[in-house]
Parts: sequence; C-alpha cells; structure tokens
Amino acid sequence: MEEQKAIKIHQLTVAYDAKPVLWNASVTFKKGKLTAIVGPNGAGKSTLLKTILDFIKPVTGQIEYFVGKQSSEYKEIKNHIAYVPQNSTVDWDFPATVLDVVLMGRYGHLGWFKRPRKKDKDIAKEMLAKVGMTTFFNRQISQLSGGQRQRVFLARALAQEADIYILDEPLAGVDMKTERIIMDLLKELTKENKTVIVVHHDLQTVEAYFDEVVFINQEVLNNGPVSSTFTKGNIDETYRQDRNLGEEEGE
Amino acid sequence: MSIIAEITLIAVVVSVACSLPGVFLVLRGTTMVSDAITHTVLLGIVLAFFITQDLNSPFLIIGATFMGVFTVWVIEALQRTKLLGDDAAIGIVFPLFFSVAIILITRYTGDIHLDQDTVLMGELAFAPFRRLTFFGVDIGARAFITMVIILLINAGFIALFYKELKVTTFDAAFAAAVGFSPILIYYGLMTLVSLTAVGAYDSVGSILVVGFMVGPGLTAYLLTNELKKMIGVTVLIAVINSIVGVRLAFILDSSIAGMIAVITGIVCFLAFTFSPTKGLIRNLLNRRKRQKKFDEKVKNVY
Amino acid sequence: MMWNQMTLLFNDYTFQIVALGTGFLGFLSGVIGTYATLKKESLLGDALSHSALPGIGIGFLIIQSKELVGLLIGATISGLVATAIIQLMSKKSSVKFDSALSLVLSSFFGLGLVIMTHIQGRPNAQQAGLDSFIFGQASAMLVRDVRLIAIIGMIILLIVIVFWKEFKLFSFDPDFGRTLGFSGKFIEFIMSTVIVLTIILGLESVGVILVSALLIGPSVAARQWSNKLGIVLPLAGAIGFISGILGTIISSVGNRIPTGPSIVVVLSIFVIGSLFFSPERGIIAKRSTYKKQRKYFRKQIELLEEEHEK
Repeated sequence: MEEQKAIKIHQLTVAYDAKPVLWNASVTFKKGKLTAIVGPNGAGKSTLLKTILDFIKPVTGQIEYFVGKQSSEYKEIKNHIAYVPQNSTVDWDFPATVLDVVLMGRYGHLGWFKRPRKKDKDIAKEMLAKVGMTTFFNRQISQLSGGQRQRVFLARALAQEADIYILDEPLAGVDMKTERIIMDLLKELTKENKTVIVVHHDLQTVEAYFDEVVFINQEVLNNGPVSSTFTKGNIDETYRQDRNLGEEEGE
Repeated sequence: MSIIAEITLIAVVVSVACSLPGVFLVLRGTTMVSDAITHTVLLGIVLAFFITQDLNSPFLIIGATFMGVFTVWVIEALQRTKLLGDDAAIGIVFPLFFSVAIILITRYTGDIHLDQDTVLMGELAFAPFRRLTFFGVDIGARAFITMVIILLINAGFIALFYKELKVTTFDAAFAAAVGFSPILIYYGLMTLVSLTAVGAYDSVGSILVVGFMVGPGLTAYLLTNELKKMIGVTVLIAVINSIVGVRLAFILDSSIAGMIAVITGIVCFLAFTFSPTKGLIRNLLNRRKRQKKFDEKVKNVY
Repeated sequence: MMWNQMTLLFNDYTFQIVALGTGFLGFLSGVIGTYATLKKESLLGDALSHSALPGIGIGFLIIQSKELVGLLIGATISGLVATAIIQLMSKKSSVKFDSALSLVLSSFFGLGLVIMTHIQGRPNAQQAGLDSFIFGQASAMLVRDVRLIAIIGMIILLIVIVFWKEFKLFSFDPDFGRTLGFSGKFIEFIMSTVIVLTIILGLESVGVILVSALLIGPSVAARQWSNKLGIVLPLAGAIGFISGILGTIISSVGNRIPTGPSIVVVLSIFVIGSLFFSPERGIIAKRSTYKKQRKYFRKQIELLEEEHEK
C-alpha cells in the first residue's frame, strides 16, 4: 500500500530581513507517522513549524495540506491542525485554571464570539484524564511543575481533536513520567492514523520514539524512516560546524 | 442629589470604566504603552479641536482616540526596527507628541479653552457643573454621561471578546494558530484604552488615568487566580477606591483624583504585601518552609 | 536682520543664564541617560520624575520656603523610595516591572497633587510656585539655579569617571559583574542615585513629564552612530547640550513657545534623524541592503527553478 501524505512541502524558502533561514526545503510528512525534526540550534526547525502554521509567509515554495483526499490551503484546515508551542513562551502566572487552558483547545472549533458549552468541557476533562491530570483540573496553572505544564499543553492539543499534531520541543525539561505519558499518547494518535510532527532535541531517544526523521540545517538534508535514515553519517552532516548558507553569498 | 454624592458617582463610573481595559494591560505587561497613550491623546484633542472648533464634539473624541491608536502603531514600528529598546521607543514617542501638543496649546491659548492644568490633573470637583443638555433639557453631568457610555462600550467589548482576549493574552502563538488574530485583539484593546483616556482626561487628568487603569487590575491580579474573578474583584476595588478617595479628599480639602490615586496605590501595596496566595509575606514564608525542608533533607543525608 | 536679532539674543543676560542651564542639563542627562537606556530601564526615569513630586511638596512643608536645595533633597528621597518600591514589587512577586512602574508613578504623582492642593489652601501658597516642577520653567532660571546644576553636575560627572569601569560592567551585565567580585548592591545604589539626581535637576527646567525624554533621547540618538561606550557617552552629552541650547533659542525667538517642549522637539529631530540616516544601522541604510539582498535572492531562486525545469 502506498503511504499517504499529510503535509507536502515543496521548494520552500523562508527569510527574515532577506537573510535565508530555510533554503529550498522539500519534504513530505507521512500520514499516521510520528516524525522527528532534528538539527542544531538556529537550523530553522521552529521556522519550518511557523511556516507550516502560516505565521510566516515563505519567499517561495508551496505547502499542501492533506486532511481529506485533496490538498487544501491552511485556512481551510486550520481546525485540523493542533499546535503545542514551547511552554516557556507563555506567562504561567496568568490567572487561569488547568481546565481553562485545556478548554482553549476548543476555541478554534467554536470560532469568534461563541462560548464553550458543556460538550466542550466534557471533551476537555476527557483529555485531562488521558494525560493523567484529572485531579488537577481546578488547579491554578502557576502551581504546576514543568512536566505538568507540558501535559496540560498536550491535553489542550488533544482537545482540538485534530488530524495533524505539531509540537515544538515537548520533551524539553520534563520529568521521566511526563516524557513517557507524552510519547505513549503520541504513539496512540498515530495508531488512529493521525500525523504527529515533533521538533526534537535529544538524539539519544530518536530511534526509540519515532517512525520518521527529518534532518534540517537551513535546508532539508535527509529524511525518511528512522531505521534507514538515522545514521551516523547523516547526523554528522547535519551537525557539522561549517554549514552556513546564503549569508556570505549575500554580499 | 448633593454635590458630594454626584462627584462620588462620577468618580465611581470613571474608575470602573478605566479599570476594565486595565485588567488586560496588567496581564499583558503593556501598561506603559497606555501611559504613553494617555499623554498623546492630548495632541489628538488639540488637533481635532482645530477642525471641529468645539471641545464637546463627539468628533473630537473620535479624533483623539485615533491619535492614541496611532501612538501604538508608531511605538510598534519603532520597536520593530530593533534600533532601540522597547521601553525607549515608548519614552521617545510620547514626550514628542506631548510636547507638540503643549506648544500648540500655549501658542493658541486664546483660542482653545484648554489649559495645561486641567488636561494634566483634571478636576473632579468641577465635573458636576459641566452639564449636558439635550434640546434644552438638562440630562446630567457631561463627564457622567460620557463615562457611562464608555463604561458600557468597555464592558460590552470584554463580554463579547472574552474568550478571544483570554487566549490571545495567555498564548498569542496558539491563538494565531487556531485563527484568532492577536494583533486585531490588541489594537481593539488599545482603541478602548485611548477612548477611555480621552473620556477621562477632564475628570482625572491624563497623568492619573494610567493609575486608574492599572491599580485595581493589579490589586485583583494579586488576590485572585481566575480571570473572571479577577475582573469582578477589579470592579469592586475600583468602586471602593473611588468612594474612599472622594471622602478623604473632602475631609482633607485636596485634589480628588490625586487622593483616589493615592488610595489605589496604598490598596494595591497592601494586596502585594498581604495577599494570601501571591503576597510578599506568603512568598517569604514559602521560601523559609522550603529552606527548612531542604535543611532537613541535608541533615538526613549526612 | 536675523543676524542682529541673534547677536542681541546672545548678549541678553537672561538668555545666557537659561541657555547655559539647559545646555548643561542636556549634557548631563545625555551622559547619565546612556546608562539608564543600556540597563533597559529607560522608563524608570519617567516613573522617578513623577515620584519626585510628593518629596518636593513635603520638602516645602518642612522648610516653609522655596529653597531649591531643600526641595531637591525631598525630591531625591521620594524618588529613591519609589525606586525601592518598584524593585521590591517586581522582584519579590509575579507583578511585572511595567505594572509596578505605572502604579507607583501615578500613586506618587497623586500624592504630590494631594500635598500641593493642600499647600495651595495655605496663606503662602503663591510663594510656593510649585507648579513649575510639573511643567518646568526654564525661562525663570536664576544664576543660583545654574550654579547648583553646575556643582551637582560636576559631582555626578566625577562619579562617572571614578566608577567608569564598574558602571560599564553593571549596565551591560550585572550578573557577570557580581561574579567578578564587585559589590553589586553598592554600585547599583550609586547608579540609581546618580540617575535620580539628574532627573531631579531636570525637573525645574523641563518638568516632570518631559524630563524622561531628555534622559532617553540623546543616548538613543548617539547609540546609532557607534557601538563604543567611550564614544556614545560624550556624543549623547553633546546631543543633549545642543538640544538644550537650540531649544532655548527657538523658545526665546519664537512667540509663546515654552522652553521644555521646544527642547524635546529639537531632541526628537536628532533622534529621528539618527534612526533614519545613521550609515550602518539606520533605517535607510538597512532598507537599501535589504533591497540588494532580496534582488540577489530572487535571482538565486530563479536559477534554482530553471534547474528544476530542466
């Protein structure tokens, strides 16, 4: 059986202030797979995610999203994509409870003006149970540990009931228990034929956790199944110090 | 109605109207942008006056509000250049706009019935004497009517966009991903801040408006753990501050707006010190407890 | 005609005094403001100037006269108390620095107003003339005011020279400074005091609201032309000095133009000019390199696409 596509990226070039961050990147994320994006700091991993999420407009190139049979634009399928930002980017002193945050996962489906209803609350509670945080639902978010915060974020993404899940370093700074819960849940999602894309920083665990791997350092260097692609040669190529595209050519 | 009662009523309405957008300014940490707005709307008022020739015209309010929003835009454009710090950008823009306004007021002072003192410090004590008439019928103090309308607009905006304000303030990236533009909501909020600043300047003056906006919200922030409760407590604190402030001002025969600002500061500082969840004393006690636990652990190891 | 007017102006004793005073103030706040902006505490100046008001009022109540030194001591104390409260609130709780700043600014200013209105009810209210601190009255500057500015200014500059190395370190990277064994609290106290003193000196001439512009403007303008503190600092001083004098000239020549706002407008022109025209970082310079790079970039992509078509 031919593998189905979830997101197809074609010759994507992204630049900040005319400095290329991603250069001519082409890669296809497969449906129902758990894919890791790896690469050194500043390689353009987060930029790739942000372009997929339509925060940044690329200079050239196309991104196609496959939720049904046909390819679509981002706007049409935004409710089918769940995004988990790095948890350090939000203010955890914000006056909200755990349930409040998870409920935000329903906002996309509600659209403007509409308030969450009982059905949304039930979904939120169900997802909290999945991440093992049911008893915390009324807890103020500032009182959570790093791992618990990440699990709340995952529960919020689950509440989006999406087809594609995009996570930016979800395992950074979390405890072992949380890491296991998160990875089990992500595996489970792929069993339901959902697509999971994770920016991952820990090379040690790539083989244990992921199906597919994408090596990025300003361009997509290699990608494919972990078993055949996650080789020492490819790792060395990605993390080589002297890789530097575009910059010196610019002048 | 006695004069004191009427002044108190106006003070309460002004305080509550200001405190509502303040909740989100406090949560975002953009209160100093609102401080800039409260100064630059003065330029809007002066320029709009040259066109409308009428200090009571609704177009004056709209023009001045637009200047406030324009201020936000200029500050953000400067910040985007990355040539200067975020707060330096604020500190460059508002003194310039404000200076131009003061120069215009001074030069054309015979034509504009605006004097620097009222604009900067306001005078609540005079508010009941400036009446609004409708087809010759007195319908109330102008400040009261204006601020009731602004209060309703603020409350309506927050009620309507509660969910959107919440998600864009807490996690802008996520909000954008699910389709709520954080920029749109931010500019909406800043339009309210400008409108409120324009409406409130002749009662409390442009310097103290920022205190009226930030104080109750910050106090409630220190006392509550949930956004809805925070908004409720904010309104309550705004009401208490203004009633106590007006009373004290009459007893000591001093500036009313100034006294409310002092009370606001004191109440907030008390909340900061004694708040059972986020207060200074609570934090110190927590730290001591942790230290004790840690010491015991160390003892057990050795 | 114009020339005659100018010579007349420059020979005018009052003008000489005022220009000397504002020029020197501009220089001083340019130099000290550089540290404040480097520390990313530009707006602290704004809060401090507002917070000085109750100190001035209380100072007047105690000494019962408008003796400048007494008022300045009061202003300095209340400015330092305000700084302490802002730091306490933002460091010891989840309150954001920006919120603490706004709260303290308006509460202290409110207290100032309460004290002022109280004073105005007293018989010697006229003598007080404390309004001048809110709007600034450069044109009413006296020889003794300028002398005071000069003396305190000299002391401040001396402190800057003595603590040159420490100030530099602590405005860039206070944590690193501490690891080198400097007493952080002491240096930061000296720095705060110097900044507060400069603001207080500026209050009388440009007033509460505009003094922060005097502190921020020159350093932002100077920063666009160099990366070296040794150059930025004197350049900021020079820009402040020239703005002070030019602003005073415009306000003297023009009809009903207040001095403080006039200085701020001149200063802002320096800032805007520097932001646009500085040869390396400036907005125009950046725009042209951006255009060049984009052109190059497009070409590369076209080449790439052609290659793919083959």
